[in-house]
Formats: sequence, C-alpha cells, structure tokens
Amino acid sequence: MKSIYLDNAATTKLDEEVLQEMLPYLRENYGNASSIYELGRESRKAVEDAREKIAKVLNCKPNEIYFTAGGSESDNTAIKGIAKANKGKGNHIITSKIEHPAVLETCKQLEKEGFEVSYISVDEDGILNLDELKNNIKPTTILITVMFANNEIGTIQPIEEIGKIAKENNIYFHTDAVQAVGSVKIDVQKLNIDALSLSGHKFYGPKGIGALYVKNGMKFEKFVDGGHQERNKRAGTENVAAIVGMGKAIEMAYDNLEEHNKKIKELRDYYVEQVKEKIPYIKINGDMEKRLPGNSNISFRFIEGEGLLLNLDLKGICASSGSACTSGSLDPSHVLLAIGLPHEIAHGSLRISIGKYNTKEEIDYLVKNLVNIVNRLRDMSPLWEKFIEEENK
Amino acid sequence: MQYSRKVVEHYTNPRNVGKIENASGVGEVGNPVCGDIMKMFIKVENNVIVDVKFKTFGCGAAIATSSISTEMIKGKTLEEALELKNVDVVNALEGLPPVKLHCSVLAEEAIHEAIADYYRKEGKLTEEEIKKKCKLKKPHCAHCGE
Repeated sequence: MKSIYLDNAATTKLDEEVLQEMLPYLRENYGNASSIYELGRESRKAVEDAREKIAKVLNCKPNEIYFTAGGSESDNTAIKGIAKANKGKGNHIITSKIEHPAVLETCKQLEKEGFEVSYISVDEDGILNLDELKNNIKPTTILITVMFANNEIGTIQPIEEIGKIAKENNIYFHTDAVQAVGSVKIDVQKLNIDALSLSGHKFYGPKGIGALYVKNGMKFEKFVDGGHQERNKRAGTENVAAIVGMGKAIEMAYDNLEEHNKKIKELRDYYVEQVKEKIPYIKINGDMEKRLPGNSNISFRFIEGEGLLLNLDLKGICASSGSACTSGSLDPSHVLLAIGLPHEIAHGSLRISIGKYNTKEEIDYLVKNLVNIVNRLRDMSPLWEKFIEEENK
Repeated sequence: MQYSRKVVEHYTNPRNVGKIENASGVGEVGNPVCGDIMKMFIKVENNVIVDVKFKTFGCGAAIATSSISTEMIKGKTLEEALELKNVDVVNALEGLPPVKLHCSVLAEEAIHEAIADYYRKEGKLTEEEIKKKCKLKKPHCAHCGE
C-alpha cells in the first residue's frame, strides 16, 4: 500500500538534492575535518560552508554556530550550559508549560541541582502569557527559554516581545526553534535571541544533526568534553556528511520559503475546512493565525486518538496524536492540557502536519477515510451513545 | 507500539460491537479522564450468556480486549464467564504490550459488572453475595488509581 506521510512535524523525508550533496562525504571525501592534509581540508571546508549557510539564515556570525547531534542536544547544551556558567548571577530560569520534553526535562534536572524554574502558562489558544512572564522575573533570573513554535499545536510564540523583555531585564534568552526553522524567517539580532536550537531533519535534511546558535561573548559551559572541535565547546569528530546535508537543506528551505509556506498553508486550510464541513463535534486546538503553516491539531470528541491512528495506519496514513496511549505515558499531551482541554477531549486529538511533498489528492483521501473512521469509532463509543441519548431527550 | 497479529485483527474487525436493548445485564468500567471506558451488555437465558455486545472508548488494545472477551464468554454459563481472567484474554490475543495490560483488566471487570447487574435485576442474591460471587472491586482506574 502507498504510504501517505502527514507527520512532517515528527520528521521529514530527506530531499533528493540534499542526499546528492551528502553522498561524496560518505564515500570519497571521508577525511577528518581536523586533519591537515588535503582530504581533511576538504571536509573542513564543507563544514565551514554549511556553518555559513546557517549563519546567513539566522543573521548571525558563522562562529556563533555550533554543530550538535540534534535538537535535544542543542536544548540541553544551551540551557544547562548557560545556567551553570552564569550561576554566579542567579539561579532562576523561566520557561513555558508547553515546551518540548528536551527543554522541560532539562529544566527539571536543573531543579534537582538547585536551580529554581518558573513554568509560565499559555492562553486557550496556546500563546504565552507575557504579563505572567514579566511578573515572574526576579533579580536572580538568569535565563528565559521559550520555544519559537510548538511541536503539537504549531502556535508561534511572541518571540520578539520576549526578546525585548529579556534584553530590558538583562536576562539571557534561548529559544527552541526546532519546529520553526524551515517555516519562519528568523533574525536573531532583530529578535534579541541569545541562543537558539535547531534540528536538521525537520526541514528535509538528515537526522542526527542539529545546531546551536550562541551569541558571541555569552558564557556557556561545554557539553561534551574531549577534543577541541566546535571552538572547544562540543568535542567529537564532525559528522561531515550530515552537516553538509543540513547546510544544503536550510539553504533550500529559505530560498523557497514563501512558495513553500503558501503551498502547505493552502493544503492545511483546505484540510481544516473539509473536516469542519464533514465531521461534527470537533475542537480545533491552537491559534489559527499565529501558527506554523503546515500544522493542524483537531480533537474529535467521544473517541480516543490511538484507535484513530491505528485505523488511519491501516489505510496507509501516517499521523500523530496527543492521547496518553500514544505518548507512552499515562496522561494525554501536556500541551493540550495546558490550553485547558479536558482529558477526554485531549485523548481524541489528531495532529496532521503537512510538508512540501503532500498533495491535495492526499488530503482528499485522508478526509474521506477520516469521516468513515470517526463515524465507526463513535458508533463504538459509550461516550457518543450517552451524548446522543441526552441530545434526544 | 507493537501489537500482535491477533490484536490488529480484532481492532480492525471488532466482533460483537453494539448494544442489546433490554439487556439482562450491563456493566460499565473505566473513565474518560484515563482514556478508557468499556460497556458490556449481556443477554442471559437459563444461566447461559446467549448474547453479548460491547461499546468501548479507548485505544486499539481496549477495543481488541473488549472484542475478544465477548467471543470468549458467549455461550458460557455465568459461572464459567466469571472464571475468565485477564491473563486468559492476554493469551488469547497473543500478548499485549506491558503498558496495555490494564485494558485486559478492564475487560475482566466489565464482564463481572455486567453479570453482577444481571444478579441485581434477578433479585435473588443480596448485594454482599453478588459482590463476593462476581469478585467486584471498588471501581478504579488501573493506571491513575482513581
């Protein structure tokens, strides 16, 4: 069966052009970028070219970009590294309740090590409460870390305002931009961002590679001890092919940004409109304006998300849910709870994240199957039965 | 989540979905907060479960355990049905992932509740006797403990 991939927030398909750029570095150009002979120098040049491409997109200097093994490592490095290097100034960190686990769990670990963390709430549309953020600033606050865009509901946070608040209060500002890079224009200088995490596989690059931007002059502790790579901040032989791939992928993403966003937003809006028209008793989660172009998150009341995903999978459709059954934990998504959804509605959520390879035909196929599956699961659901009985009273 | 062939078969084509009008007994367990509710309807004639149907709100494993357990008690006497253990359901499904074992517990409890409801309607046994015979537990959710 043909697979219809609608989970582009989880990962994306490697672009063929990106793969072609990478292949020489997996074959003949295998030199260690730290070696002094020609083979090594070729690798060094490829790594530095990729660094420049990323710096250009973010509007920073190439030597402010550090390569890591991915988004989670970038988040860990930034938050722990900045907190520990600056604990002479204070021990307080501010974050949000809807961060990715790479940030939330890092903050929890720092709490165990004596740091104090404030978790700022979001409104029912999934946008950070700026007043609450301001009210939580203390003389001991050293770092604000708030995601650029949310991975589940796609909401884009007021990064410029947060950057301004951070600057006015002389606090460092890190943002997890893993979901935003590739869909949103980001100028770290204009937005007053001091540190930013990104990950290659979210914009048609390879997995296992990420980058961290850290503004020059800012103190942060190194994350991997060892060799002198990455300005002595992250030891380990550079993953040259993956770095080259990420550089090519980010360049391609920003060369075609407007066209790409227009296309996937049209498909996303078409999907949402179709669902609204054809399926009753739904709840659209997250602000529809301040939102990533390809993201949709809809709760189908009276049914549970895993059953929905399994049935979609039987039709070859790949998607994601915030139900407890799919999160591997016992609670539904912390993001859906943070926007105030009751548990039973959070359990019935479906995230469809559209990417550049999706077509209108695929959305039609999705909607057609979704209508059948939702009807079938509702017919099976005691909650639906009870609801209908009460409606008919 | 890796499900066995049998689990996939049952959530793809669940058996005995629906409700029985004027059922001899109805049992409902679980709660929407935890994401699982099972409702079991039985029709009893001469102490034998002649028909059984279910409605379930829950994941693939919850649907599959409901489905297979209805098959396992259909045609059985009430005493035989009360002997069905969650582990029998798990074995019949060729295993469940560890985080889904509570779904099989819910299936066992739903059957017990449906039979208890039948006895209550029949009116021959006291509540204490029903509780003992049907091994009723305090309603709880296997994973949140409520």
